[in-house]
Amino acid sequence: MKPLLQAGHRGCAGCCDAIAAKFTLMAAGEDCIVVSPTGCLEVMTTPYPESSWNVPFIHSLFENNAAVASGIEAALKAKGEFGKTKIIAMGGDGATLDIGMRSISGAFERGHDFTYVCIDNEAYMNTGVQRSGATPFAASTTTSPAGKVSFGNIRPKKNMPAIMVAHGSPYVTTTSIGYPKDMIRKVKKAVDVEGPTYVHAHSPCTTGWGFDSSKTIEIAKLAVETCLWPLYEMEDGELTKAKKIKNPKPVEDYLKMQRRFKHLFTMEGGDEMIKKIQALADANIEKFGLQ
Amino acid sequence: MKRNFENDKKDMVVVEGSYAVADAVKACRPNVISAYPITPQTHIVEDISQFIADGEIPNCEYLNVESEFSAISALVGSSAAGARSYSATTSQGLELMHEVLFNVSGMRLPVVMTVVNRAVSAPINIWNDHQDSISQRDTGWIQLHAEDTQEASDMTAQAFKIAEDPDILLPVLACLDGFILSHVYEPVVLLDEDLVAEYLPPFEPKFKLDPKNPKTFGAFADPNSYTEFRYLQQQAMNKALKVIEDAADEFYDLFGRHYGGLIDTYETEDADIILMAMGSIVGTIKDVVDKLRAQGVKVGVLKVRSFRPFPAEAIKNAIKGAKVVVALDKNISLGLNEGALFTETKGSLYNTNVNIPIIGFMIGHGGRDIPMSTMEAIVDEAKKVIDSGITVESQFTDLKEELL
Repeated sequence: MKPLLQAGHRGCAGCCDAIAAKFTLMAAGEDCIVVSPTGCLEVMTTPYPESSWNVPFIHSLFENNAAVASGIEAALKAKGEFGKTKIIAMGGDGATLDIGMRSISGAFERGHDFTYVCIDNEAYMNTGVQRSGATPFAASTTTSPAGKVSFGNIRPKKNMPAIMVAHGSPYVTTTSIGYPKDMIRKVKKAVDVEGPTYVHAHSPCTTGWGFDSSKTIEIAKLAVETCLWPLYEMEDGELTKAKKIKNPKPVEDYLKMQRRFKHLFTMEGGDEMIKKIQALADANIEKFGLQ
Repeated sequence: MKRNFENDKKDMVVVEGSYAVADAVKACRPNVISAYPITPQTHIVEDISQFIADGEIPNCEYLNVESEFSAISALVGSSAAGARSYSATTSQGLELMHEVLFNVSGMRLPVVMTVVNRAVSAPINIWNDHQDSISQRDTGWIQLHAEDTQEASDMTAQAFKIAEDPDILLPVLACLDGFILSHVYEPVVLLDEDLVAEYLPPFEPKFKLDPKNPKTFGAFADPNSYTEFRYLQQQAMNKALKVIEDAADEFYDLFGRHYGGLIDTYETEDADIILMAMGSIVGTIKDVVDKLRAQGVKVGVLKVRSFRPFPAEAIKNAIKGAKVVVALDKNISLGLNEGALFTETKGSLYNTNVNIPIIGFMIGHGGRDIPMSTMEAIVDEAKKVIDSGITVESQFTDLKEELL
């Protein structure tokens, strides 16, 4: 099978966007239309006159991805062409949790039959690692930097999957690019379920998080193994599956490999912050029954 | 205007302007309609929704979106997927769409949108002026203005024809004055669907989102190619000057009604004074012209139908014999103290051999009534310019000094 996302794009070595897009297309197959907002993925794959996409692809703006997708769905329905073709909106966390929130909410409320894949790398990476609503507690970004009186971002991640469940989506799931089989299975399920479905893919960014480009998958796995990123499925509002983590690793194992958390290991009081992060992981274990 | 009223009379029905537009949209057989309610556009989308509910628009999806931003964004997707796509909005809604308007035109998507012209906030005001659509002048949309409800209806079909022309592929704003036209009941001839089908061929774009023939839409253009995209948009605007005229002529051939193409004129042939304006105010001016002509004043009116592309050549030819031109604008560029029609007419004549004094009056802001007496006072000011030259180039009209 020809690669649906062609090699030769301008992504960094170890780029999480390229990995997430590749897995998504492996799941959806060639009969799909991809909608993507402004961001790394669009910039690195479509420098005119080149394109890495061997499926139809459209980029409009930053904040309207789901609205564009709903228009495509409506067009195919109106013209009697709707059926096999999957419509997939793929956007980063900024485009999804922050600026594009309204259009996603509207599209899910209207019940369009499409799948939204959030590639969550926890900050605005395309513009240089600024804080987003998905940036985790105590991460240092360029607009929430650690400093003499700051441990970085003071807020926990916005719980986007819960918001999508609240919209009545028949299928909401979290996944991670560290688990290709998990992600491919879930995207496939999402595109097959009728109605608006949501896949939230945790996606470590080598430049934004500050780790060697060979470590993308390792870091992604550590987020899951420490229970900071639980992998679960919600069907019609009910938790139907969660990946068990028998022996959760301490969050330090995950944090210490990343520049964005480096200050927690050097600043006075950093250990208290790490305890708080461990508490977040422990809460996930409790909430999703990960053990 | 060319129209055989006797011929039309048998087909006339008395309907609200909004209904006439909604019915015209139906006749154009759109595939996707996406809109968000806002006064005074609401009656149009309500009437269309009823058509949908009654199954009167086949092969069409109506999206009740959560904002104007998504209303027009959904049409980016639908138009790129090969669907004839329509929306309607006004004022704040149009301003909210601003970013997407550039995107639609830049991607050469022939979306048609009715704008029911309304003032912009603050202060909040729901009545008519043209500040909303004039503020979109540089977004790359063709912008047409209708004088009455019949023209607003007929302009809808013309807009699709112009937009979808393979040489154009530009979106069109089809404007009518809020309340003055959208909420008035007048006799109109509703568009015959079979005739519209003859006038407007199916929308079959050369490129669309199709898994069998994958294309990339909305690519990233760096300094090596961005200029050429802009240039090609301007080329399409240039071509639209003729296509707008052709669309009006072909419409006349089939339907027997003609309102001008880029512009229309009334009593301008021998006029010393030419008033120029857009939209429903043109009707008022025609009454003033009739009255003053009876008194021997050689006055005429130039209606500008197409604000974008700006018909500089057509305007020049229409006014070149006059002694003074008066531009009436329901908008203002704050900081310049001029309305758009005035600024652009003046600017487009500067390097030509037509050297006629032009003065501007900003008028009817936020729905302020424009009585015939105001228009007559403006003509008196124009007469003074003929006699003694320009004293005030551009000014507000009917200011209430006691409120300042």
